[in-house]
Amino acid sequence: MRINSSVPRSLLLAGAFISVFSYGAAAQTPASPQPLPPGSPMIGRPDNEAAQKLAPVAAPPIAAAPDKLPMDKLKVPAGFNLEVYAAGMPNARSLALGDKGTVFVGSRTVDKVYAIVNKDGKREVKIIASGLYRPNGVAFKDGTLYIAELSKISKIEKIEDNLDNPPKPTVIYDNLPKDEAHGWKFIAIGPDNKLYVPVGQPGNNVLHDKDHGQIRRINLDGSGAEVVAVGVRNTVGFDWNPETKQLYFTDNSRDWMSEDLPNDELNRVTKVGEHFGSPYCWQGNIPDPEFGWGHSCSEFTPPVGLMGPHAASLGIRFYTGKMFPASYKNQAIIARHGSWNKTNKFGGDVVVAHLNKDGTVKNIEPIVTGFLQDNKYVGRPVDVMLMKDGSMLISDDWNGAVYRLSYGKAKVAAQ
Amino acid sequence: MRITTITMALAVASLISSANAAETIEQRAVTCFACHGEHGQSEMENTPSLGGQQAPYALIQLFMFREKLRTFEPMNDMTKAFTDDDLQKFSDFIAKLPKPQPPVDVGDPARMQRGLALAQANRCNSCHNADFSGKENVPRLANQREDYLNKTLAEYKDNSRHGYDGTMADVMGSVTKEQIPDLAYYISHYR
Repeated sequence: MRINSSVPRSLLLAGAFISVFSYGAAAQTPASPQPLPPGSPMIGRPDNEAAQKLAPVAAPPIAAAPDKLPMDKLKVPAGFNLEVYAAGMPNARSLALGDKGTVFVGSRTVDKVYAIVNKDGKREVKIIASGLYRPNGVAFKDGTLYIAELSKISKIEKIEDNLDNPPKPTVIYDNLPKDEAHGWKFIAIGPDNKLYVPVGQPGNNVLHDKDHGQIRRINLDGSGAEVVAVGVRNTVGFDWNPETKQLYFTDNSRDWMSEDLPNDELNRVTKVGEHFGSPYCWQGNIPDPEFGWGHSCSEFTPPVGLMGPHAASLGIRFYTGKMFPASYKNQAIIARHGSWNKTNKFGGDVVVAHLNKDGTVKNIEPIVTGFLQDNKYVGRPVDVMLMKDGSMLISDDWNGAVYRLSYGKAKVAAQ
Repeated sequence: MRITTITMALAVASLISSANAAETIEQRAVTCFACHGEHGQSEMENTPSLGGQQAPYALIQLFMFREKLRTFEPMNDMTKAFTDDDLQKFSDFIAKLPKPQPPVDVGDPARMQRGLALAQANRCNSCHNADFSGKENVPRLANQREDYLNKTLAEYKDNSRHGYDGTMADVMGSVTKEQIPDLAYYISHYR
């Protein structure tokens, strides 16, 4: 956008909101015949050389062979062990656990949902659904698997009895926008027995209609949709605090504002319909340079914790198992997929967010590190999930693998 | 068009018959050259030049053809029996072919100017680089065939070609159908 070059540098706040000016000015400026499309990840990108080197990072399409996984690079604290649980699942994303121990794995860049099954003392990966469109989300309840594609939710009943020949998923809800930007979904079933379905903001930093930027909940038959939270930019992970039953969700903050701000958020829903700020206010205290005018951050619910700049905090589960040390009990374990919109990448780890008595974050400590080596990814954690034995599974969409994190004497997962 | 179909059918047949033979990548690639041109530059309608393509991008496309995430029957057939290793070998091979050359004519200045303005407004350079050489999972575009660029941009616009991720669908959201020809013209004539 050439018109920016005439603006004195001192007037730019990291160049972040300039595209807005050109957005409005586009009609009068012959050199800028088109504003950026509303969904473009490039909206708000400043015009300088360093920023032009940054683009979304795509995972390799082929799953890494088990012996090529970066196990020697991934580090855990003393007493913890990390092993490969299953490999060979291109773009392994969200995780859900069946009653009979089957682990279901969604994907985003391919069309498949996988099942990791224990059979005759060996773990085996099966493809249980294919031909789906960005089936990122999976959830399980009472024998039924729920799958979230880009713009519809479907289910397969009695899935664990039919893993070798599962029926096609049946759609239960499709009253959803079809935007590609932040359209892929994490889903989970709450203590109220309702399915929680996010609808992301349709672009990096955009005003949008009432059908976007929110978390909804629906009954398990697809009826009774209700908006639970708004001002949500893009949440790809949530769970309920086991003590308070409150919904905690990670939210990815906007790109291109600066290298180090804003932080991703960890949010907590205390009442239905709460507004979490996006796109007007970030991390509870930074008014958006573009949309913050006329608003105050005090209008919105601040996050309970900050997860780091561009960190892409995704999967979160509270640790209610008995295997890890007592200090992990009821604390939030969070996968940070890692940044792209930052020269020196940040994240690419699994952390524990220790909580204060009031439910806010006290501190964040790494548990699994090493996905980021010399500013390049050797893996990227997406989701975390508690197993019945108290170990945790971690999915990695870069390598198409799932790892198992355990504590204590190294022992292999129950076969 | 009939010739094209026959050529493709022959190419597919020869590839399938030779799949098990211990051929070098250069020998196997003869099949690719039948449509995509011998020296990285395609001379066939709507068929992309492959030379100098970014290997990670080529790998993603070959993978998507094999998995039928990207639909084009001859390529879906051709890659059906490919192993992961084949996909990798072919994408590395493609990247080493000479990059396509700009057309002899420098292009109509008015159209070039309109295309440049569009490329700037839509920030194609951000991912594809200022010289359209691409990087990693983002393809080289410079001097790609104009008809193929036209076709591809239109397919991204109506979402009939699903990207590996949603980036191009988003980018094409506000590029109008009428603007696509100038953009394709500019990129194909870029020098």
